[in-house]
Amino acid sequence: MKKCRVVECFFRVLMIGSTALVLGSLILILGTVVWRGLSALNLAMLTQTPKGGYYLGKEGGILNAIVGSLYLAGGATLLALTISLPIALYLNLYAARSRRGELARLALDVLWGVPSIVYGAFGFTLMVWLGVRASLLGGIIALALLELPIMIRGMDEAIAMIPVALKEASYALGATRLETALKVVVRQTTPALLTAVLLAFGRGIGDAAAVLFTAGYTDRLPDSLFGPAASLPLAVFFQLGTPFPAVQERAYASALVLTVIVLALSLISRRLAGRLNKHVVR
Amino acid sequence: MQRPHIQIRDLNVWYGPHHALKNINADIPARGITAIIGPSGCGKSTLLKSLNRLLEENDEVRVTGRILLNGQDIYQAGVDVTEVRTRIGLLAPKPFPLPMSIYENVAYGPRIHHRGNGKGLDQVVERHLLQAGLWEEVNDRLKAPASKLSTGQQQRLCLARALAVDPEVLLCDEPTSALDPISAQRIEAQLQSLKQDMTIVVVTHLLRQARRLADHIIFLWLGELVEAGPAAQVFGAPQHERTRAYLSGDIG
Repeated sequence: MKKCRVVECFFRVLMIGSTALVLGSLILILGTVVWRGLSALNLAMLTQTPKGGYYLGKEGGILNAIVGSLYLAGGATLLALTISLPIALYLNLYAARSRRGELARLALDVLWGVPSIVYGAFGFTLMVWLGVRASLLGGIIALALLELPIMIRGMDEAIAMIPVALKEASYALGATRLETALKVVVRQTTPALLTAVLLAFGRGIGDAAAVLFTAGYTDRLPDSLFGPAASLPLAVFFQLGTPFPAVQERAYASALVLTVIVLALSLISRRLAGRLNKHVVR
Repeated sequence: MQRPHIQIRDLNVWYGPHHALKNINADIPARGITAIIGPSGCGKSTLLKSLNRLLEENDEVRVTGRILLNGQDIYQAGVDVTEVRTRIGLLAPKPFPLPMSIYENVAYGPRIHHRGNGKGLDQVVERHLLQAGLWEEVNDRLKAPASKLSTGQQQRLCLARALAVDPEVLLCDEPTSALDPISAQRIEAQLQSLKQDMTIVVVTHLLRQARRLADHIIFLWLGELVEAGPAAQVFGAPQHERTRAYLSGDIG
């Protein structure tokens, strides 16, 4: 009896301690970004591209990186979505519990753990081979590859949770697998699918290594799929790398912008999911 | 004499190594209610789900034998399984509305089979909600999510959804087991009125329900068919010792 209580107590402290440690570090990171970034943040930073001498502390802003990041991550997420949804549906409705399916899941789990610089290097090799230079399109493809495993496995887990009886209800009405997939499975899992998409978008917009070689960097707004594009993570990286404190402060401001974008998207998608939730059968 | 609506011939079902149904031979007459009775785990639901080939959605299942619907073997190569399921509807034990509105749940079947749209579809939905005894309660909120209905209403919605495909046979797998007695009574009443025009097969482990509803009985025991025939005969003068013991409550 007494020993039980000691063990119970120990594990409770462990759980609370771990949670506090993680939350504490998160708040510390966010606090630093907000604290140091807010002072350097101004309207010019959000509405202007870098002018001459920007990286020495002169006029300009990071509009190029904001727009570039939205294009890169947005494009990559759209591309990844069009590939992920069919795969996730296939894995669950057509290849459920098959060897092929398990092999695909294993491959995706491994890909999830591959460092993003490898995706960047892979994209770069491919581009050299094709004779293409660093471009928005190259960055979108590299980021889409990075996002794919996250999105597919997220959707896969959600679709696997659907009660068998729900699918049977559709089959029993004479629906084919495809009709069941598109009209029942997708509707039932829409909120969870949205979460998977958002998770992948967050990973994509926050990644520096995959776009370093593939999208390059430019002080101008991206104007073509085949020209280079700037991104916020690289803006943070370059500005932090300068020896000027004023520019380093701008790096924190850039990080703050990135955080706010991800936060805003999370809030929007949560509201959206709440609205789509009403038809979900529990 | 009229040909039975469904003829089951030498039906065997395995789940992996488990031999769930052993050499079943039975006839299900046209119209009226046929009840499949027997204790839990005796293959009642398996038999039912083999009738609309829903069984094969399960990975490890193996089926041999024939099931003739109006003389046509539904297990024959080349038979379109979705067409079989259009002709043979199913009412599951626990109601599972599709993740859409009340209206769309009933319209789902007609839509996927490209039957009607617009006004015509509205009439189909209304007619079948009336037929399932749900129209009065939902006609002012057809666009509301089906998941918001009570369990009893959901089951009647599932009935309307199944009827909207115009099946000639309706399979009911313990259709009242998740319901309160009043909702259960309503479902039973709907089945009673539907049996004039269609063949209904009900799986139940409630003997009292079988006595109330059934015109014909199929009695299963551990995957084998023990006795089948008109309800009056099976209940009144059972031929087999085991049937007698089950009906009197000595076993099962």
